[in-house]
Amino acid sequence: MSAGVIAKTVRGFTGALAQTLVAESSAHEHGLLQGLDPRVKLVGMLGLVVAAALSRKLVVMAALFGLGLVLAVASRLSLWSLAKRVWLVAFGFTFMIAAPALFLTPGEAVYRLPVGSLAITAQGMRSALVLVARVETAVTLSTLLVLTTPWMHLLKALRTLMVPVEVIILLAMTHRYVVLLTETANAMFESRRSRMVGRLNGHEQRRLMVNTGGVLLSKTLEMGNQVFLAMQARGFRGEVRLLTDFRMRGWDYVAICGFAAAATAAVVAGR
Amino acid sequence: MPEGKWSEVGLQPEALEFEAAGVRYEYERVAALQGLSLEVRAGERIALLGANGSGKSTLLRLMDGLHFACAGTLRFRGAALTEAAMEDDEFALGFRRRVGMVFQNPDIQLFNPTVFDEVAFGPLQLGWPREEILERVHGTLEWIGAEHLKDRAPYRLSGGEKKRVALASVIVLDPDVLLLDEPTASLDPRSQSQVIELLESWNDGQKTVITATHQLEILGEISGRAIVLEQGAVVADATPAEVLANAELLESANLIHSHRHLHGGVPHKHPSPYLRHEHHKH
Repeated sequence: MSAGVIAKTVRGFTGALAQTLVAESSAHEHGLLQGLDPRVKLVGMLGLVVAAALSRKLVVMAALFGLGLVLAVASRLSLWSLAKRVWLVAFGFTFMIAAPALFLTPGEAVYRLPVGSLAITAQGMRSALVLVARVETAVTLSTLLVLTTPWMHLLKALRTLMVPVEVIILLAMTHRYVVLLTETANAMFESRRSRMVGRLNGHEQRRLMVNTGGVLLSKTLEMGNQVFLAMQARGFRGEVRLLTDFRMRGWDYVAICGFAAAATAAVVAGR
Repeated sequence: MPEGKWSEVGLQPEALEFEAAGVRYEYERVAALQGLSLEVRAGERIALLGANGSGKSTLLRLMDGLHFACAGTLRFRGAALTEAAMEDDEFALGFRRRVGMVFQNPDIQLFNPTVFDEVAFGPLQLGWPREEILERVHGTLEWIGAEHLKDRAPYRLSGGEKKRVALASVIVLDPDVLLLDEPTASLDPRSQSQVIELLESWNDGQKTVITATHQLEILGEISGRAIVLEQGAVVADATPAEVLANAELLESANLIHSHRHLHGGVPHKHPSPYLRHEHHKH
């Protein structure tokens, strides 16, 4: 991969991250999930994620994934964008973990590799598929929650569920500096490019990567500290405060019942 | 004065706001401040001068109750600024209401999704009523000329706009003491003068303003008293005019430097252009 492609990818990633996490553009759309009380969304999505994690049947996971798709469309989220930013990435990571199960799970061989004695078994395929489906479903539902809820509302909803202040501070700070951090990584990468002449061999590239990672880690710690000080300086004590108070309406009660019914049905059917 | 309580006499003209006595602060065993003593009175406009690493930013952070002295004492209106005191919610929120700080890097300070949220963040933390917050935020945005930016993401603003929003996010609290860390650093001339004009217009100059800077050209505009720091200690405390007239002091504090250049092929040396009464003939 050329340096230009990497730089473009890093820039694209930074822009997308900034737009998604900081501008919260999709959280302010007038869609189904955006209209719900954040506490209802949090509890409801958490219930569906737990149901997906407990389920052993592909058809149940497919149904939960389908529900996620319906909710995404009703919330005016782009499926293409979800596919690019969420499903593809989740699939890549999960497949790397699931791939060994294709060969290591004992069972009936469905395909034998031309080299060596390794074979993909039917049971292995099913195990890998279940893992991938479970992760894709859980990630999709969690992403829907994050994309349709302003971050501070989400933190306040977590606080109402008795999540400790320390965890809230950690989440708040992470959100604050994630864009700064990616911008720093971008700047470091470009600065490195501007001073590089010729090509580095594999060993030199690895060394450079490790060094860059180390510097970035130090900057992360420093930046985290700075952001926290800036928040403290304006009175932040860990409690999330908003201009609007959460208020349950009729539609929220219907939604929480719907989430509860879907999660319960998935747990029962998925056993 | 009981621990964790302060006096409200700071609101009276020339009452003591900050009192530092033998303050020492270390970053990983390296002293950033050592034996620093000074007094700040209500209504003073002070410039903290010093080269990079002289301890200006560290002193501001101690004054804002973000770091705490390793030795010596720093008091605000008679109450010691200690870690234990700042852990008390009532003390901390009362202190934050009275003392505000604008950080050098606005990117660190601007962390909300929109400019409006950014300016509303402080009042929300202090638990102000909703209507008052809305009124103050709109008023402050209008004051900095950024009402049209209220729905924009702060990270998308220009350098000057970021600085003004950072200033607004603190001024909205109407603190009695404003701490500014390099408020005009790395700004273009227009943005620089906008920020200075805002500071001058804020409450008609009646509040206490402490500005850390190494920009001598803005000294006269932002301060009536200049404190020069060198290696974490006060080396001069005088009027801006007196400090600017003292070339030896400014050179030893690394705030100016003599430089050589050529005139008609002749090597030639003269001091900084910031020095007053400097008549230099070519």
